[in-house]
Amino acid sequence: MTLKIISHGLSTSIQDLGRPGYFHLGIPMGGAMDRFSLRVANMLVGNPEDVACLEVVFLGPKIEFTKSVIVAVTGAELPILVDGEPRDTWSSFEVKAGQVLSFEFLQAGARAYIAISGGIDTPTALGSRSTYPIGALGGVDGRNVQTGDELPVGDSSNSKAGLSVDEKLRRLPDTPARLRVLPGLYWHRLTEASGNNFFSDEWSVAPEADRMGYRFKGGRPLEFVDREQPFGAGADPSNIVDGCYCYGSIQVPGGKEPIVLHRDAVSGGGYFTLGAVISADMDFIGQLQPHAPVKFEKIDMAGANSARAERKQMLEIIRKELRQEPKTQP
Amino acid sequence: MKTRYTHGGDEHIYVEIDDEMSLDAFFKSLSMSKAVRDAEIDGVTEICPANASFQVRFDPEVIDPEEMMSRVKKLEAQADQTDKRLNTRIIEIPVFYQDPWTHETLMRFRERHQDPSGTDLDYAARINGYDTAEDFITAHHAQPWFVSMVGFVAGLPFLYQLVEREKQLQVPKYLSPRTDTPKLTVGHGGCFSCIYSVRGAGGYQMFGITPMPIYDPEQKISYLEDFMVFFRPGDIVKWKPVDRAEYDEISAAVEAGTYQPRMAEVEFDLEKFNADMTGTNAKLMEALNDA
Repeated sequence: MTLKIISHGLSTSIQDLGRPGYFHLGIPMGGAMDRFSLRVANMLVGNPEDVACLEVVFLGPKIEFTKSVIVAVTGAELPILVDGEPRDTWSSFEVKAGQVLSFEFLQAGARAYIAISGGIDTPTALGSRSTYPIGALGGVDGRNVQTGDELPVGDSSNSKAGLSVDEKLRRLPDTPARLRVLPGLYWHRLTEASGNNFFSDEWSVAPEADRMGYRFKGGRPLEFVDREQPFGAGADPSNIVDGCYCYGSIQVPGGKEPIVLHRDAVSGGGYFTLGAVISADMDFIGQLQPHAPVKFEKIDMAGANSARAERKQMLEIIRKELRQEPKTQP
Repeated sequence: MKTRYTHGGDEHIYVEIDDEMSLDAFFKSLSMSKAVRDAEIDGVTEICPANASFQVRFDPEVIDPEEMMSRVKKLEAQADQTDKRLNTRIIEIPVFYQDPWTHETLMRFRERHQDPSGTDLDYAARINGYDTAEDFITAHHAQPWFVSMVGFVAGLPFLYQLVEREKQLQVPKYLSPRTDTPKLTVGHGGCFSCIYSVRGAGGYQMFGITPMPIYDPEQKISYLEDFMVFFRPGDIVKWKPVDRAEYDEISAAVEAGTYQPRMAEVEFDLEKFNADMTGTNAKLMEALNDA
């Protein structure tokens, strides 16, 4: 059984939950930008939650199926067509052998996740099928999906059409998107006024936004506490002796445009970081289009922990609901 | 040196051993990150040592961030008592300085450079007080370097030269990063040299290129069969200048699967090094020459 990629859309890649364990060598975890949506897509088609799916950015691919399977598309609102007939997002449906899955124009969000019963079954690299093109790992020979590719799909016996996730449980960012930030790391490099400005200013997603990081523009430039730069750091006040970067960390080269490192993060470098977006809000970033308005909101560790628990609870509710019989059946 | 502890979001602890670079700070960050690894704390998923800092990633559902912080802090005293000695290896890395490929690239991005009128090497030589690019190149390869961090992208080593602080070569990064750097470029920014393991964006000044691959995701290159990344923190590197003919020869040997990097097992003792840098370096290079 394979998927024939008739057209790959704008940027479509194979992603699962990533390959933790190699960041100390500069190889990032990778995996779905919106892990919540990937997990739910897999639940809908009866896969284990960490199975590889297609991550679609902005523009849908066109795919022909050689065998009947169950499919679900979550994440961004990308209207679904099977042989030209509409299907619901965040729901499981059948695609028969010979049928073609395609999409209309994006309505909301940025990344859709296509799960197929059995999962994409390309070879793993360092324990994951996630595509990391910079290091030529995972995906299709280390690259994104391209027109003409034929992707293997695994076996499944556990899937059924007609499952759906309640709208209240579809987790997408608000407008403006609220990204909660725990100040820390090199926060002390900023003046107090500048630190306050960062949280009060309105930002929007800049055109340079990809799996490595999202850049934001529109806020006031940051100002630094005066100091003599330490040996080895470099002359700019935003420079530090090259250190580790963590997922979600916010660097601001030259104090101008903040960059939030995401799943394909570089593992280190010489720019100061002012803190990190909390783990619960990382999925939201993956759903932001260029120019989307954003507010950074200050949060403490207790708040970060409860946001994480809330996200986990939502997944648990979906898990329980999908274990029951489909509601649409008589 | 004063250690600074901070949270990086809810999943990371970041420990800055010192805000300035030194081998003392590197050794402490390495031994402390080893102590964290040896402590086998439940919930820890990644430990990343850097030049003068390190980072621990953990699952906050297994261990509370504040508890994680106090566990890491408790390991500092233990790390302070560790010997500053490493059993490591010294590796000879051939470099074709002033090669045509980095030259083509640096000319293409000239408007992003501090001094668009010359090359990166001309600029680096001038601001470090050398009369010619050749004199600067000699200073770059005369003494060995220490791999103080692996990262940025896949398997990229950061290297710190084993000389007194006043002899360290220092250059700023490009005013604005390039969108392209040839694979295996030998670059320099701040006090660090690096080897770009893959082609891509970069901000370091470009001095030359090595014919010796250091990252191979397919693990086909003879010396990368066991693992796709060549370098690890603590490796010692000696650059060996090569010309175009030697560069081509080594490239062909890599391609044929017959190239073996020249290297030797050595012990590096920080206290001995600090007491006698020239003597220690001479011994390191002797071990390499005997290999």
